[in-house]
Amino acid sequence: MQLSFKKKLRRTGWDLYSRAVTLAELREGQQGVLDRLDVPEDVARRLMELGFLPGHIVTRGRSAPGGDPRIFRVDGSEVALRGETAAHLILRLEPPSC
Amino acid sequence: MGDCHGCSGATITLKAPSEPKVRKHIVAMVGPPNSGKSTLFNRLTGLRQKVANFPGVTVEHRVGRAKLPRPTPGLHGDVYLVDLPGVYSMAPRSEDEQVTHDVLAGEMKGIPKPDAVLLILDSTNLGRHLVLAAPILNLGLPTLVILNMADDLHARGGEVDPAALALQLGAPVALVSATRGDGVDKVFQFMAGSAAGSPAMKKPLMELPVLNNIPHCRQWATNVGNKTGYQAPAAPLWTRRLDGIFLHPVIGPLIFLGVVVAVFQTIFSGAQPLMNGVSAFIQVSGNWMTALLPDSALRSLLIGGVWKGVGAVVVFLPQILLLFLFIGILEDSGYLARAALIADRTMAKFGLQGKSFIPLLSAYACAVPAIMATRTIENKRDRIATILIAPFMTCSARLPVYTLVIAAFIPERHLIGGLLGTQAAAMLGLYVLGFLAAIGTARLLKSTVLRTNRTPFMLEMPPYRWPTMRSLGLRMYDRSKVFLRRAGTVILGVAIVIWVLANLPLHEGKAPLIADSLAGTIGHTVEPVIRPLGFNWKIGIGLITSLAAREVIVGTLGTIYGIDETTQSEGLQQALHNDLSPGGAIALLIFFAFAMQCMSTIAVVRRETGGWKWPAIQFTYMSVLAWLGAFAANHVVQAFWH
Repeated sequence: MQLSFKKKLRRTGWDLYSRAVTLAELREGQQGVLDRLDVPEDVARRLMELGFLPGHIVTRGRSAPGGDPRIFRVDGSEVALRGETAAHLILRLEPPSC
Repeated sequence: MGDCHGCSGATITLKAPSEPKVRKHIVAMVGPPNSGKSTLFNRLTGLRQKVANFPGVTVEHRVGRAKLPRPTPGLHGDVYLVDLPGVYSMAPRSEDEQVTHDVLAGEMKGIPKPDAVLLILDSTNLGRHLVLAAPILNLGLPTLVILNMADDLHARGGEVDPAALALQLGAPVALVSATRGDGVDKVFQFMAGSAAGSPAMKKPLMELPVLNNIPHCRQWATNVGNKTGYQAPAAPLWTRRLDGIFLHPVIGPLIFLGVVVAVFQTIFSGAQPLMNGVSAFIQVSGNWMTALLPDSALRSLLIGGVWKGVGAVVVFLPQILLLFLFIGILEDSGYLARAALIADRTMAKFGLQGKSFIPLLSAYACAVPAIMATRTIENKRDRIATILIAPFMTCSARLPVYTLVIAAFIPERHLIGGLLGTQAAAMLGLYVLGFLAAIGTARLLKSTVLRTNRTPFMLEMPPYRWPTMRSLGLRMYDRSKVFLRRAGTVILGVAIVIWVLANLPLHEGKAPLIADSLAGTIGHTVEPVIRPLGFNWKIGIGLITSLAAREVIVGTLGTIYGIDETTQSEGLQQALHNDLSPGGAIALLIFFAFAMQCMSTIAVVRRETGGWKWPAIQFTYMSVLAWLGAFAANHVVQAFWH
């Protein structure tokens, strides 16, 4: 499994992705379709095992009292991530209206 | 096994055993974290095993025996069940996955290749959990796919067709609720079948996906689900509602604090009547035996040495059971994962990652399983950092020492309008002190020798569940067994040795004064080192014996004061109160908060880090810190006392 999304990024140029929205920007109750995981391969693997696969709908749930980490609902389970990790999970440009 | 209706569709054919089997029949249990694997293991074996609603708790594999309801041809004795760590995949990345991989491949030393596999999946989250079925079925071992939590699935309106699934996977499928015991008979039937002969695995209708490619495996799982009409259940409403309270910006942290305070208050005051009961029993029975036995050296050994020494420790059983009851409730209900979430921000400040939180929490019970639980941490440096700080967390063996000294020296007053007593507050303070020492050390390590990049925090939030009496009961039963076994072996042994040392050399055919005895000589030898801490030679003997395990000091002091004629008639608490200065008492508490007085911990650190280097560093560091802390405490208290 190769996850060299960065390569793809270079090929298509930054313009297309300049408006990329990440999981970190979702507010409670908002959702989006995951497009790619811009993280090292071993981290990506762990995230995918927990359900963060490209094409899956991710819904932002509650967060810890300080605002971070936050809970995401994905593929039938709830997983908590820190904002710094969520900022590397990029959503598709046109999320379905919810 | 023609009558295996329960196994839903898959016919298990009986191969005639060519020769009588004498070897054990081994069945491995595999499943993702939170699939209820441990609960089912308890159901099948009745053996004690930690059940937790928390990822990564089952790190060591456990072996248990399942008694089949009916005798099975070809099987001698019971079926041996091996409970493997919870894993999401078979790619050996963490040590958990390595263990699972090695056992199933027959490469694990000490465990022969399993004869059959029980694959436990959460039926409420089948899409994601089925991903693990691909690599497991690919092994070609006889496998029963168990869809657990059937009660939860149906309650939330989900549907699954085990027969259709069995057809697609080419393996028998059983719908089970491990907590309620529904469908467990099918698991026994499968094990009986596999013990009688290898049940033939069928060719799956759906071809297995390319392993190691997660999106591909997940797509395969979706297709299997669609073909078999799997209906995912509705979202767990109660979990959402409860999270609204427990993770509320204001109420959440208040509840977190409330839970912590309640636990301490209950452990300290709630256990008191029970402890008084046990204490009175030991006192009365000791007097009764004294009256019954003739005055001899044997009576002195039995009453002064053994009964007072072991009894002094056994008194703390109710307290330790209460602690484990609370830990059990927090873990099994799923609240612990929320507590980890609330604490994560603080943990991150000290360079620790979320996964370190689980071992550190279980270190409140005992550092030994906690250090073994660090195997879930993939990053080597993070793992060593967690191992090094785990013994600072206040383990249950410190509880007897703390309780004894606090009760003897700190007068009980009510704080915050009677919500918290001074004694419970002192106890809470010692827990906080241990925690601060742990995170301070973590920060020191992570900014120097064990520096790493920040590792991401990922934690699955399990739905809230009611803890079952069965699981809590098993946990407490298991704990009392461990505790009493230690009281009956290590502490009994130490008590006898101390008694002998305290009664030799004979002085004109009679036992010497304890100060002149061998034990007294040893105590006097170490006294110069510990005098600045406010300890006398009696405490010195206790410190030496407590190198074996912390609570041993209580037994040792019980023996010493029990033999000494001037203190014989007093209880241990009173004797200590008269013998030790307030400065020395506080110093003793601080010493035990920091020192690594535990042989088992040293042994497990050596095993887990693969050498003597880290345990040696750790022991030295903690001992120096303990000495300095106790020195400071003694002098500060003395300065304020006058």
